[in-house]
Amino acid sequence: MELILQPWSWWFSGIMIAAIMFFLLFFGQSFGFSSNLRTICAAAGLAKSAKIFDFNWKSQMWNLVFLVGAILGGFISREFLSTDAPVLISEATIQDLSKMGIAAPDALQPAELFGLDAVLSLKGFLVLAFGGLMVGFGSRYAGGCTSGHAISGLSDLQIQSLIAVAGFFIGGLLMTYFVLPLIF
Amino acid sequence: MKFIKFLLLGIVFGIVMTKSEAVSWYRIQEMFRFQAFHMFGIIGTAVTLGVVGVALIKKFRIRDYQGNPIVFSPKEKSVARYLIGGSIFGLGWALSGACPGPMVVNIGYGYWAMAIVFFFAIVGTYFYGLIKHKLPH
Repeated sequence: MELILQPWSWWFSGIMIAAIMFFLLFFGQSFGFSSNLRTICAAAGLAKSAKIFDFNWKSQMWNLVFLVGAILGGFISREFLSTDAPVLISEATIQDLSKMGIAAPDALQPAELFGLDAVLSLKGFLVLAFGGLMVGFGSRYAGGCTSGHAISGLSDLQIQSLIAVAGFFIGGLLMTYFVLPLIF
Repeated sequence: MKFIKFLLLGIVFGIVMTKSEAVSWYRIQEMFRFQAFHMFGIIGTAVTLGVVGVALIKKFRIRDYQGNPIVFSPKEKSVARYLIGGSIFGLGWALSGACPGPMVVNIGYGYWAMAIVFFFAIVGTYFYGLIKHKLPH
């Protein structure tokens, strides 16, 4: 039990993610989470305004069920499998974040971004909104997210996925080193 | 009942993402600052096993549970859409600390603020659909 309550090692987690991908392949599907965003747009009847949402979204029901499972998995983790201990990030990261006024972790997520005070402030709300907008826009533009490109695509040695992952890091580094210091 | 297996896989995914701390904004910051091996270890392990497994599936023409061949469809050839789209995705990933999967895992964990991020991710996808024809692909 002690082993379950502690954070899991990178290698075990990596094995489990690969296993999930292979199970999905064995069940006739493929691992790609951001497709759900497109499916939700289609289910919401947005096909009239953009034809990328004009497809039989019910064929993607399995992925929406996977999404519901992921929510349940987060809930189960908190209720039964977690001590809610601070995330043990490196000292160097703690130092860098403190320069932006973000305190050392005392939980899974920083209150400076996801706490009620932050959400109810204009800046805090815009951070969350623009973060989501760029993830949603970028994942569809690139044709996939971390699961679709970095895991499924790279496993199939697709050069397009490697370009997308390079893009993930170009954007991520720009945000981390140039934009975040301006915001926080 | 044919969906129960996907529900179970989703639950495992949610638990693994939480227990590996890959759903944490702090871990994503640590990754983009190259200050720990953790996230690279997770993705690297998954991809290493993935490459071997996919190669075996192709070599031995392994079929899925219904007996259909497992096919991998090559992605559309382009550089612009993957590089630009990927970069926009990366900007959002480093800001919100979550890609689409971890967003919903966080909601389940009780971080309701992630519902705002997820809602705007849907809006972002819709916005892409609206202006797709004006973008370089």
